[in-house]
Amino acid sequence: MEGIYLIMDLLLPFEALRFSFMKNALLAVLLLTPLLGLLGTMTVNHQMAFFSDALGHSAITGIGLGMILGMRNDLLAMLIFGIVWAILICLIKQSGSASTDTIISVFSSTSIAAGLLILARGGKFAKYSSLLIGDILAVSAGDLLSLAIALPVGIGLWAVMYNHLLITSVSPSLARSRGIRIRLVEGAFVVLVAVTVMLAIRWVGVMLINALLILPAAAGRNLARNSRQHAALSVLIALVSGVTGLFLAYSQDTSAGASIVLVAAAFYALSLLARRWRK
Amino acid sequence: MHVHRCDLCHIDLDRVSVRRGGQTLLQDISMHVHCGQLTVLIGQNGAGKTTLIRALLGEIPHGGTIRHVDNAGRELAHLTRGYVPQHLQFDPEMPLTVREFLACSMTRRPVWTGVSKKIREEVNQALRDVEAEELADTPLGRCSGGELQRVLLALALHPAPDLLVLDEPVSGVDRNGLKLFLDTVTHLKKTRHMAILLVSHDLRLVREYADHVVLLEKNVLTQGTPEEVFRSQEFENVFGTGEKEEEHREGPARTVDFRIALERHQDGEEES
Repeated sequence: MEGIYLIMDLLLPFEALRFSFMKNALLAVLLLTPLLGLLGTMTVNHQMAFFSDALGHSAITGIGLGMILGMRNDLLAMLIFGIVWAILICLIKQSGSASTDTIISVFSSTSIAAGLLILARGGKFAKYSSLLIGDILAVSAGDLLSLAIALPVGIGLWAVMYNHLLITSVSPSLARSRGIRIRLVEGAFVVLVAVTVMLAIRWVGVMLINALLILPAAAGRNLARNSRQHAALSVLIALVSGVTGLFLAYSQDTSAGASIVLVAAAFYALSLLARRWRK
Repeated sequence: MHVHRCDLCHIDLDRVSVRRGGQTLLQDISMHVHCGQLTVLIGQNGAGKTTLIRALLGEIPHGGTIRHVDNAGRELAHLTRGYVPQHLQFDPEMPLTVREFLACSMTRRPVWTGVSKKIREEVNQALRDVEAEELADTPLGRCSGGELQRVLLALALHPAPDLLVLDEPVSGVDRNGLKLFLDTVTHLKKTRHMAILLVSHDLRLVREYADHVVLLEKNVLTQGTPEEVFRSQEFENVFGTGEKEEEHREGPARTVDFRIALERHQDGEEES
């Protein structure tokens, strides 16, 4: 870790980066945002923005249930619950028993209520309120290691499933006729999104995580003419928003998660204008 | 590409039945789809055409057998199927070009990393085969109904299928577009080694292009050459007289949409 800090000091001689917590935060942003940007492209194209929102909310229940079950590791509890929750939504959606947004809304509100119910017992919710808004300045070296593992693994899995997922999102029956196991592909995708969201949620917060997944991809989509440009723009916008937002938050002494999301929102607004202008 | 005429092998459907939820959707369908022929399925909406296609594509369980056999009835190797669906349900704003769409089923390399030169050439060839090379860089959502149908045909031909299943769109493609499409299909029929099954709603074009027609109404009401089927009593019972043929095709759009919805409901098609 010291070696990395040294390199950062040499390459980025900024006043804000004097502190190791800022160095960690910057590294976390650089590790997290590319994956969120990539996964966001399909979340947007697959019209699953609402789904990932519900997934973020389930983190509260995950921690709550972990607490009841006596699990020491919050992240593990969130991950397990997030994956189970994602697969459940996916299964109910595939069974086609009610319209998708209704199902997701039911899941979303249920998980928030259940999580609050557990965490607020005995008036202790304040302890967990950081989960709602996130705290990227609390990233530790150990956290960075897990993010450093998650990034290449996530991108690798994403690369393996992408083409099949793309055909499935254009036409499930076409995908099936080509021998693609669409349930498996969709399941793998929601699990990957669930894991990424849970890894990011402590730093970005339940309330803002979805914005970070959706906004860069939505902005990129307004500008891109093909999926290659979409992926590149989405990752670029996510990275730039992350870094800019972090430094803005430092200089203005405010929430990093909120600043990052607002910068991404500004990119989205600009992309809308650019799109109009191009037409 | 390996090209030769073959009238010897066929897809043999023997007493194929589909039941769902206590309801019989298809009953004892026995028919052949011959290599080198255009076999056309016709029937009212809800007659089970889509269900039969789904059974042929292996999407739903069915009774009876579907075999790929040679003239002597010997079973041939695995049946490769190509499928052109009636419509796609995708977001037309999706940044995805025709080239990328085709490439993503020709290679495992994710198309967001780009398309290699080799695959690029394969895609161009696939589009040339259906006379749609100029569409390569067009976003999929900007293609017209007829263009999309060609792109889907190009996709269905790779890898080369033994059985090509075409579900003709009810709306979005005009008769001229359909004619052009069927001309391409007829050319394929003559130059490639495959059996072609088309579900059609345009009886006039069926008469013009089909080699073999199957009239479906949960079971096979009648089958034979277009002349035989169109002259049959069963055909008249289903479609009425000549004037009604036209009505069937060009009736008010809302009625047609309603019928499609009803058929999909009955066939239990869920593509959400």
